[in-house]
Amino acid sequence: MNIYLDLFCSFAKVGVLTFGGGYAMLPILQREVAENKNWATEEELMDYYAIGQCTPGVIAVNTATFVGHKIKGISGAIAATFGLIFPSLIIILAIAAFVSNFADVPAVQNAFAGIRACVCVLIINAVVKLWKKAVVDKVTLIIFALIFVLSVFTSVSPVVYVVLAALSGIILKSLEAKK
Amino acid sequence: MIYLRLFYEFFKTGLFAVGGGMATVPFLYDIADKTGWFTYDKLADMIAVSESTPGPIGVNMATYVGFTTAGIPGALCATLGLVTPSVIIILIIAKFLANFSDNQYVKSAFYTIRPASTALIAAAGMLVLKISLLNVEAFQQGGGVLSLFDGKAILLAAAIFVLTNFVKPVKKLHPVVFIAAAAVVGIVFRFAGA
Repeated sequence: MNIYLDLFCSFAKVGVLTFGGGYAMLPILQREVAENKNWATEEELMDYYAIGQCTPGVIAVNTATFVGHKIKGISGAIAATFGLIFPSLIIILAIAAFVSNFADVPAVQNAFAGIRACVCVLIINAVVKLWKKAVVDKVTLIIFALIFVLSVFTSVSPVVYVVLAALSGIILKSLEAKK
Repeated sequence: MIYLRLFYEFFKTGLFAVGGGMATVPFLYDIADKTGWFTYDKLADMIAVSESTPGPIGVNMATYVGFTTAGIPGALCATLGLVTPSVIIILIIAKFLANFSDNQYVKSAFYTIRPASTALIAAAGMLVLKISLLNVEAFQQGGGVLSLFDGKAILLAAAIFVLTNFVKPVKKLHPVVFIAAAAVVGIVFRFAGA
């Protein structure tokens, strides 16, 4: 099979089989990319994944780009990324069309009111999980508290907070190193 | 030009949302604030659908928001906008920075970006909490303090919180299970009063 098509199909498979992204994707990626195709070793995959987590953007897309680039350069990266997002596009478009047609049905409204209560908890759980890795000392606690309060009570773009946080980390750490 | 605007807004989201799917949520609330393309209620529904369908949550969300805002071309623009910065950044890293994650500046920046990103998601969570568990309208119309709280929804959320955090056999279940259960409870107990 054409290597681009192969990349596209393999990552489309990963896209279909991944529910919820993030860590759910890793075992599926390992099976497809490391075991079935031998495109990368397990260690390389772990490295890609680690970099994907600490770079901006969707982790799954970052990892797909990495693998695609390793196999076939820039066009390989693009083929893998398109493969990954393709199933999402199709599935979500079908559901979105369905939901917008049935939004006025009472059962649908009641269902979504229940679902929203659940989404609340899912977001809280995500915050708790990230908190354990992110808030590790006084400095990170202060940054968390400051940005939480500011973004609840003002409507400044989140971009500003992320950039300021990055700068303050670099400045703080280089001051520390000078001591 | 709504397509360009969608691409631009999601490009920004892709460039600054660090830490996976939920990290895009605060940016989506910011987009709702600035453009009025969709309401907070609608956004909570889109998060639920994105969580319960296959594929990366961030990509699902971009597709859904794009479609709601400007149909199928909108979905394409939003999704491409979201992934473009990822592709560019990763290509640069793959080419030039072999030891990206060991770089001192990168480490320092992420030391403080991580708590910032967590705080942004927590703040977005507060907005979802407000629309899903509170009746702000009833309260403002003078219904008293008690009318502010949506008892049914709070009970359901508390139950799911306990189940997902403390009950061992169900804790590891996929979120889609809880979302489906919440939908059934919502229908049976008429959560929207409809």
